[in-house]
Amino acid sequence: MKIMVVCGNGLGSSFIMELNVKKALKELGKTAEVGHTDLTSAKSEQADIFIGAADIMSQLDDGNRTIVNLENMMSIPEIKSKLEPHLV
Amino acid sequence: MLQLIMNDILGTPAILIGLFALIGLLLQRKNSADVVSGTLKTVMGFVIIGAGAAVLIGSLDIFGKMFDHAFNVQGVIPNNEAIVAAAQSEYGTTTALIMVFGMLFNILLARITPFKYIFLTGHHTLFMACLLAVTLSVGGLAGAPLILVGSIILGLCMVLFPALLQPYVRQITGSDDFAVGHFGSIGYFVSANVGKWFGNKEKTTEDIKVPQSLGFLRDTSVAVSLTMTLFFIVVALFAGQEYVETTLSNGSNFLVFSFIQAITFAAGVYIILAGVRMLIAEIVPAFQGIADKLVPNTKPALDVPIVFPFAPNAVIIGFLFSFFAGLLAMFLLPVLGLSVIVPGLVPHFFTGAAAGVFGNITGGRRGAMLGAFANGLIISFIPAILLVLLGDIGFSGTTFGDSDFGVVGILILSIMKFLGFA
Repeated sequence: MKIMVVCGNGLGSSFIMELNVKKALKELGKTAEVGHTDLTSAKSEQADIFIGAADIMSQLDDGNRTIVNLENMMSIPEIKSKLEPHLV
Repeated sequence: MLQLIMNDILGTPAILIGLFALIGLLLQRKNSADVVSGTLKTVMGFVIIGAGAAVLIGSLDIFGKMFDHAFNVQGVIPNNEAIVAAAQSEYGTTTALIMVFGMLFNILLARITPFKYIFLTGHHTLFMACLLAVTLSVGGLAGAPLILVGSIILGLCMVLFPALLQPYVRQITGSDDFAVGHFGSIGYFVSANVGKWFGNKEKTTEDIKVPQSLGFLRDTSVAVSLTMTLFFIVVALFAGQEYVETTLSNGSNFLVFSFIQAITFAAGVYIILAGVRMLIAEIVPAFQGIADKLVPNTKPALDVPIVFPFAPNAVIIGFLFSFFAGLLAMFLLPVLGLSVIVPGLVPHFFTGAAAGVFGNITGGRRGAMLGAFANGLIISFIPAILLVLLGDIGFSGTTFGDSDFGVVGILILSIMKFLGFA
């Protein structure tokens, strides 16, 4: 299971989201490999779930990817509820 | 032996940063596999930054020559990644030391002052450390005093700038859980105040229809490629086919050559970003872990896109108006005898978008437009003034982009000059 967190630069906000996704997974008692990257790189990355801020994720949505949109990147409850349906 | 430790080990910034990552990983009691891979990746990140600089500087140099030949004035592309990468060969060790001790001062200040912020935007910590290393050196400091003064100023920046924005961040996010930690704060602060004076916060940007089609510019690589291609081609046309093909391109077609140089610049930025990403990957969690243990009840100060989802329309409006101000400033600057600051899509998108969000919260549509416009002027004029004060220290053609770097740099250089250091 691989989760890729995405933002425009692949530096600040995706990194913080990655830390939050890891916290959420821990609370759910699940394990997955979590990484963060920029939009350009994400388009050629393989991952089971792509997660990021709602205002950019449409650019990754080509119909073949599992996309999770976040409104508040800092909300662990939001991350948990949106991730859970996609976790095995 | 001492010589080896002091010069070759601690004097090599990549190894120094790797050591800090190693200490951080050991403090977090990570398993040995994580310690080894984390340390190696951190060192590699630093090496990648240098490699990206080599790619980028060649094309920057060509741009500078073409610009000079075409308009007889210096054209400068503000790009934090570029200048920081270029500065590492000379200021790498100082930058690394200021960065790490600055983080420790951040923790100390959060502990003893009412400013309870922990600044987690690692790449901006690195960039500010570099700005301080360069400006304080040019200002006449060296050795331990340079590291100490630099670290204290960095620590102050890491708590004061988030504190400056917090009243507005509370309104934007509707919570007090986190802060914005991004060194474009002065632009956002001005934008919020412009919105307060001239706008009406009831008429929010989020009630209007804004085409979201410009969203693709959020992708840094696309935005850099596009801007640089536009500017390279325009400048090449002004410089003339004959000049480019005889002196720069070795006979290959001037437009094809310019296009490839523009993409080379973008490729350099992409490489540097990849290096920065690897470099901070181990350091930020360690910093956060240590801070959480030593100072409970702090707010994390986070990268500015954290506010974008709260007002997606203001993001697009802010970018457009900031960029428009940048284009206007491009024509104003040479009239005032300053270098031409080429407006980049990336700085205008990130800081302009954020200025739009801050302007909207205090002044609605008009606040977002005027506030972002003010931000666009700030990130054009401040780098130009910084350039005058810094002089030519070997990184001509690029400078720091976001507002706080320029303001802090200008303040430091002015004070050092006043005190008679420089």
